[in-house]
Amino acid sequence: MYIYDQYDQKLVDERVAQYRDQTNRYLDGQISDEEFLPIRLQNGLYVQRLAPMLRIAIPYGLISSRQLRALANISRRFDKGYVHFTTRQNIQLNWPRLEEVPDILAELAKVQMHAIQTSGNCIRNTTTDQFAGVAVDEIEDPRPWCEIIRQWSTIHPEFAFLPRKFKIAVCGSEEDRAAFLLHDIGIQLVKNSNGESGFHIYAGGGLGRTPVIASSIREYLPRQHLLSYLDAILRVYNRYGNRDNKYKARIKILVKAWTPEVFAQRVEAEWQQIISSDGGVNSELTENEVNRVKGFFTQPDYEPVDMLKVEAGLKAQATDNLAFSRWLQRNVRDQKQPGYASVSLSLKPAGVAPGDVTDGQLESIADLAERFSNGEVRSTHNQNVVIADVLKSALFDFWQQAKVHGLATPTIGTINDMICCPGGDYCSLANAKSIPVAEAIQRRFDDLDYVYDLGDLELNISGCMNACGHHHVGHIGILGVDKKGEEWYQIQLGGSASKQAALAKVLGPSLSRDEVVEGIEKIIDVYVENRLEGEAFLQTYQRVGMNKFKERVYAQNA
Amino acid sequence: MHKMLSHGKVIDNSWTLVAADVPTTDNLPTGDILVPLALWCGQHSVLKNHIGAVGVWLDSHEEIETLTGYLDQLPVVAINFPKFVDGRGFSSARLLRDRYHYQGEIRAIGSFIRDQLFLMQRCGFSQFSFSDEIDLQAATASLSDFSDGYQTAADQAEPLFKRLR
Ligand code: SF4
Repeated sequence: MYIYDQYDQKLVDERVAQYRDQTNRYLDGQISDEEFLPIRLQNGLYVQRLAPMLRIAIPYGLISSRQLRALANISRRFDKGYVHFTTRQNIQLNWPRLEEVPDILAELAKVQMHAIQTSGNCIRNTTTDQFAGVAVDEIEDPRPWCEIIRQWSTIHPEFAFLPRKFKIAVCGSEEDRAAFLLHDIGIQLVKNSNGESGFHIYAGGGLGRTPVIASSIREYLPRQHLLSYLDAILRVYNRYGNRDNKYKARIKILVKAWTPEVFAQRVEAEWQQIISSDGGVNSELTENEVNRVKGFFTQPDYEPVDMLKVEAGLKAQATDNLAFSRWLQRNVRDQKQPGYASVSLSLKPAGVAPGDVTDGQLESIADLAERFSNGEVRSTHNQNVVIADVLKSALFDFWQQAKVHGLATPTIGTINDMICCPGGDYCSLANAKSIPVAEAIQRRFDDLDYVYDLGDLELNISGCMNACGHHHVGHIGILGVDKKGEEWYQIQLGGSASKQAALAKVLGPSLSRDEVVEGIEKIIDVYVENRLEGEAFLQTYQRVGMNKFKERVYAQNA
Repeated sequence: MHKMLSHGKVIDNSWTLVAADVPTTDNLPTGDILVPLALWCGQHSVLKNHIGAVGVWLDSHEEIETLTGYLDQLPVVAINFPKFVDGRGFSSARLLRDRYHYQGEIRAIGSFIRDQLFLMQRCGFSQFSFSDEIDLQAATASLSDFSDGYQTAADQAEPLFKRLR
């Protein structure tokens, strides 16, 4: 993974010093609440319903064992001994004290971490595929490009006060695991007809109140121009994005208002000026720099593996042990390197808020990554973590260890692996609680055989329209709504965050808290009764249509 | 007299701001003045006869491109921040420096805050005239919050990776 040099380190240290001084001046009454708001947000500090909340960046989801241990320590020393993995691959502390945040940031800086721009109207953490570098369908490892973007966006002088938050995702594989079409900018690594690699650039995607799938604005951008082109998009947005109404301020609204064609032309014109007359040509990426950054994302030395023997061994272990075989089936993926696998550790055991882990579990994850891999862990937008490069012959050992620490829940990609925002238990913007709904669904679907039989199913829950739980792109989405001060839930069906991205449609009138689980159960029943052999939920929905589901859920009890 | 920051120093601010809704040059204040963009565009030939220096101020939504024909006549271009979170002025300043190679003073006016100074300076601002009374000497510290930055900007033609790596 990327290791800071003296310049990276200095910048992060200086940021801590700057924020310490700002916090002191705020506590001293020299900075008003209004002025302090964007300052603290851009250093990761929200003030939530119950307490401040600190969001810590995990750049493109990559974190080392050393960093995980530091987080465990921080959560003990400054918080309540647990952290929360977010849907943006970041981590949140739920109970830090405002006065102590500069100390927390200083501790983070010691292990090359920060909370810069994890919140506020600025360029946020760039995200990507949790299987980057090892995915079978990968065209090119997106992480070096994410790191190059991270550096460009960090304390960018021109774009710290945008109309609204700004999110970039990079996709380097056939299948999309980064939901890049649902970002303000989506970047896809491609090759042109001459075999040269570059980028296909999309803009204007996003969830929230007005979910939109991004539009293509440039089919091929030569790679050396990445930064000047991003500057052009951001400048057009910074100048012309709506600043009067925060609900119309995302770039997607500008792209729609101008049309994608006009938006693309405006960006193109701006970019041409930047590189022809502004000296923007200076920010052309050099081979030297690209190779320098790529050099940090090397592969471990893979051992040659006797595949027949390994597969036979695994098969024998799986036959003997049903629980292990279930875990293999749901939580383990092949890699492009034969004999190795990527393991998902589920952070969704029933009874725990999705994405929450204790300090001890953080340390166990760190240990597992060191013992079975290269000391690196990936956080995912589904609020789990992945350890890649595990020898298949060691999977049984791995599983036994993970089980001891409650990290082997074998439900990845099933109905019980739901994405769920913090909702009304923590978030001051919430219309409704989301965690208890997730828990109630997990309890209802507690028969593992049935859960497996249901197969791939993405269920996403958001506590309000801000859509942190990505409900628009769940195969089943649940959205918390407020009806005269009561918590209700709108059900949506048919969303997908894959390359064939689709936005879910509303099933019908909202359900009360008591009715939600039953409603979900009826939807699942309709699927089970109507599916064809081998058909997943989403396919059945697409084939049979909304009505069948609707009729069942809203049928009057006879 | 009012004070402001100029190139990192506290100096007297001799300039008078002419409000956006002043339509004519009839009753302009004496001395150095900053006139709104519309007045400049309509009356720049008359304003040439003004005794004292004349600069222009733009509001955050006004396009810097309007001024490009006049830049060599202007010792100061001021950019207003109606709210400190309105970041359009950052782009205006960069365009003035990077694209139109403006050599005069770019002055921030309005509701910007001390904690933005480092970024503003990188975008090309050279002077800061705060609307609130603040400790200007203390505020100069914010100009050097960071010793360097990754990106090219008005103050740095080459990105960090080309200079130092
Ligand atoms: S979706 Fe709404 S309730 Fe949930 S975390 Fe986001 S803002 Fe809070």
